[in-house]
Amino acid sequence: MKAPDFRYTRPVTMAEALALLGDEENEASPLAGGQSLVPMMNFRMAQPEILVDLGALKELRGIENADGGLRIGAMTRYAELAASKLVSERAPLVAMALPHIAHAAIRNRGTIGGSVALADPAAEMPAVLQALDARIELVSASGTRTVPASEFFLGMYETALEEGELVAAILLGPVAAERRFGFHELARRHGDYAMAGVTASATARPDGTFVDWRIAHFSVADCAVRATGAEAALEGAKPTDAEALEAAKEALSEIDFSADLNASAKTKRHLAGVVMTRALEGM
Amino acid sequence: MQETRTITLTVNGETISEAVPNRLNLIDFLRGTLGLTGSHVGCEHGVCGACTLEVDGAMVRGCLIFAVQADGSQITTIEGLAEDGRSAALREAFIQRNALQCGYCTPGMLASALEYVESGGAADRSAIREHISGNYCRCTGYQAVVEAVCDVIEGRVST
Repeated sequence: MKAPDFRYTRPVTMAEALALLGDEENEASPLAGGQSLVPMMNFRMAQPEILVDLGALKELRGIENADGGLRIGAMTRYAELAASKLVSERAPLVAMALPHIAHAAIRNRGTIGGSVALADPAAEMPAVLQALDARIELVSASGTRTVPASEFFLGMYETALEEGELVAAILLGPVAAERRFGFHELARRHGDYAMAGVTASATARPDGTFVDWRIAHFSVADCAVRATGAEAALEGAKPTDAEALEAAKEALSEIDFSADLNASAKTKRHLAGVVMTRALEGM
Repeated sequence: MQETRTITLTVNGETISEAVPNRLNLIDFLRGTLGLTGSHVGCEHGVCGACTLEVDGAMVRGCLIFAVQADGSQITTIEGLAEDGRSAALREAFIQRNALQCGYCTPGMLASALEYVESGGAADRSAIREHISGNYCRCTGYQAVVEAVCDVIEGRVST
């Protein structure tokens, strides 16, 4: 299993990279950390004519303060996120998810932008970003735009990215002190693709009830999905409220569950409730 | 016709310049072109960890990087980790604990374990298991590997 042949470029300016990606004459693919793209090339699931290696573009890297929130460059590696105090303080849900993303050696190369652009249904980040109301900054030769995470992930490996567009950064708003977070995933082996997983955030009120829920599941459907019915069922309830939790689990029927190599759609339906219960227990 | 590109990189302290096919991955370059066969190749899609080696100070999968991407990088293979003594305590502990049988996973396992030890990891068995979870071993059942790593962290190994 070796990758098919390709042309390789390593642009040093954004303009050069965007011109290459926007050129309709060639089928160019951006290369971020390569931890998914390279195996896909080895399996011949991906056969780009040109690889545009983003590794030399400094403007795509780094974690910055942005209006009390964070701007995370697309080429920031998972290991860099895990080592960042800014991330653990301002994006605790990202920090909670990181240890579950593959293995240490993969996290040393894999990037947040690569995961977002790929939109693997089993990946953690697309769900994390939806639970955080993150925005995705996209750049192309014709300009920059931002798309809410809830409108970015459209299907299996399908996103709102247009031809010639590149994920430039992830934008996270400031987090209120009352905001609470939950994360849980089930995998056969630590670091393997999840059989089912969930991310959650909500605002705790002084009386112990939670409002403004965001719940997003991953590895249960074609892409990471918001569980809006479950959010509504939990609104104003304590995370430990058995009745609200039952209603929230019931509401998961709205998700179009799909089978994968791990489990049937029916099992996914069951596991989606299990992971949600466990994530809420930790909130 | 394969596209090639000339890369210059440092491998185990030695500067090397070679024309390589774009599609050649780093581990095949190190093993096939340079003859550094210490780091192994297993699954070729990032799952087994046999090809784990150091690129610019981080342990990574040698099969998931094209050699052209490593242009300008500092590479340390399992040979390099042995030559400069960095892996000496872990190697001794692996022998004492019988933490290998067939040895196929061992170069990658040592590389991953070394990153854990050098980053100040604690002698916490579950944390060690988590760190080496990306390295498959089909012989040992991992217990002896975990014990060997603990021995090094807790200073029970003399070299």
